[in-house]
Amino acid sequence: MDWFEFPEMEREQLRDLRKGIDEGFRDFTRAYGETIENALYPVEWFLKHFENLLLDTPWIIVLLALSGIVYFASRRPWLTLGTFFGMALIGYFGMWEDAMKTLAMISTATLGSVLLGIPLGIGMAKSDRVQTVMNPILDVMQTMPSFVYLIPVIMLFGIGKLPGIIAVIIYAIPPIIRLTNLGIRLVDKEVLEAADAFGSTSWKRLTNVQIPLALPTIMAGVNQTIMMALAMVVVAALVGAPGLGQPVLKAINNQFLFMGVSAGMAIVILAIIIDRASQAYGQRLQSHREKEH
Amino acid sequence: MSGIQIKNLYKIFGDDPAMALDLVKKGMGKAELQDKHSHVLGLQDINIDMPDGGIQVVMGLSGSGKSTLIRHINRLIEPTAGEVIVDGVDVLGMSRGDLRKFRANKTSMVFQKFALLPHRTVQSNVEYGLEVQGVSASERHARSKKWIDRVGLGGFEENYPSQLSGGMQQRVGLARALATDAEILLMDEAFSALDPLIRTDMQDVLLELQSELKKTIVFITHDLDEALRIGDNICILRDGGIVQKGNAQDIILHPADDYIKDFVKDINRARVLRIDSLMSDDLANAGTMKLDRDTRLDEAARQMQEADVTKAQVVDSSDKVIGAIALDDIVNSMVEKVEVESTV
Repeated sequence: MDWFEFPEMEREQLRDLRKGIDEGFRDFTRAYGETIENALYPVEWFLKHFENLLLDTPWIIVLLALSGIVYFASRRPWLTLGTFFGMALIGYFGMWEDAMKTLAMISTATLGSVLLGIPLGIGMAKSDRVQTVMNPILDVMQTMPSFVYLIPVIMLFGIGKLPGIIAVIIYAIPPIIRLTNLGIRLVDKEVLEAADAFGSTSWKRLTNVQIPLALPTIMAGVNQTIMMALAMVVVAALVGAPGLGQPVLKAINNQFLFMGVSAGMAIVILAIIIDRASQAYGQRLQSHREKEH
Repeated sequence: MSGIQIKNLYKIFGDDPAMALDLVKKGMGKAELQDKHSHVLGLQDINIDMPDGGIQVVMGLSGSGKSTLIRHINRLIEPTAGEVIVDGVDVLGMSRGDLRKFRANKTSMVFQKFALLPHRTVQSNVEYGLEVQGVSASERHARSKKWIDRVGLGGFEENYPSQLSGGMQQRVGLARALATDAEILLMDEAFSALDPLIRTDMQDVLLELQSELKKTIVFITHDLDEALRIGDNICILRDGGIVQKGNAQDIILHPADDYIKDFVKDINRARVLRIDSLMSDDLANAGTMKLDRDTRLDEAARQMQEADVTKAQVVDSSDKVIGAIALDDIVNSMVEKVEVESTV
């Protein structure tokens, strides 16, 4: 036996395997692509309408509404002022429309991640078996280079908004799942025992004890998910998702430094606003913890 | 039959409790079971008959199994063997649904670390048990308000637990437990986390409420003073087994073994013992002073000294003379305690 060569798979075998899997997935795409796309129609519908709403409404109203939302979420005047001028700056540099498309996309992706991720996280917290199955899947989702899972997404959905948003959700959902699981598992055992001792049903236990007590951790997960969704904006632009990723892509292809940096800065501004506002909101939800005796 | 009966209760923690149960029944002790089979003997052949409407104290040091025992009454812990019968119903035979109803309506519990819901106000914490019972919002409000006032927390309804001191938090815990109107109150080291002065306060609150409510209370503590002060009946646990059962007088006057003697020696007997435990039939020179049989020794000595008498009559609740007590005997019994201490 030759000890210097790695005992590789035969070339032909490897080729057959590759062909088999590629063709298998292609067949799957042909057979079910449309069904899956139809099933995901609500996501597309929401994205389209939310985007239209942001784009059709006069900019000044959107700007005031955003500042207002930030104020009511955070109750911080300086953050609100910063939001106003930050967004105005984005508009002044000619990126208002792209920023609105990005905002629509990350909002949709975050909403989708939360709606899907929190129940999955609860499932993981309730059952060790589910956790054992989910953990490696989440590991793969988080470490697999995002360009790799763009391939099956493109094969399934082609180019456009939907594949963009699916890619963003796949990338952004792990933190909300993990942190929901963690938050619920860390809930004080004594309080849970008290809930049991008073005869709570498991639904009441979940909604009245576990979720409220896990909320700070869950909110940290939501915050992480939003940040990761924003980070995916440029990658999603590769598969045709509109928004601030497009000018970045164009800038890379043509070596337009200013265009790239300004679009990048616009993403940073959006990220800071959303991050600070969502964190402040999370803290306000926990106001009963602030006034420790 | 009402009250709580616990019969031949065993609890063994480990992978194969049934195997370990056989060994324990054949006489294997806690230490050996742990060393050889790495199973923990939680409770061993517990038999207690807790009467309706009284306070049963279960006392023991940490690791004696007292918290495990109380959790069997509402089946937060499943036993390895034995029976738990509450008001004639076998708790262990209940379906999940029945057990939930039983917990919601028949029993309520107060916890050592309060276990309040931190995101809810005092009012809404007290309402929790009523919510589970499905009581309407307006009635919940009225009933919780009543109990918040009863435990002395009126005005704090809208505060969060973290804004209250430990003693006040436990008042919330007590109000939450009382609000459900459950007949059985399980108190797991309820006052152990509190400062001594506040603990005495809470004991007074509990005793005062109990004199009116007449609930069946199971009270867990590691503090013999507290046990003697509160309990109608006391049961002392060690290593998962019962060492002695009886009332406060029994335990102080006739400690079952050295373990309990050791506990008892630091107790202020004069404050626990009643004069009927020392009285004699000799009514000669008993004078005219009358003392109730429930009077504690220290109180009796004080009254007799103030009235400047050396002997007094002992009467029962209907004012009938049942014996006499001499000041000398009282003093002697206190001195005896000092002797015990000085010989140690």
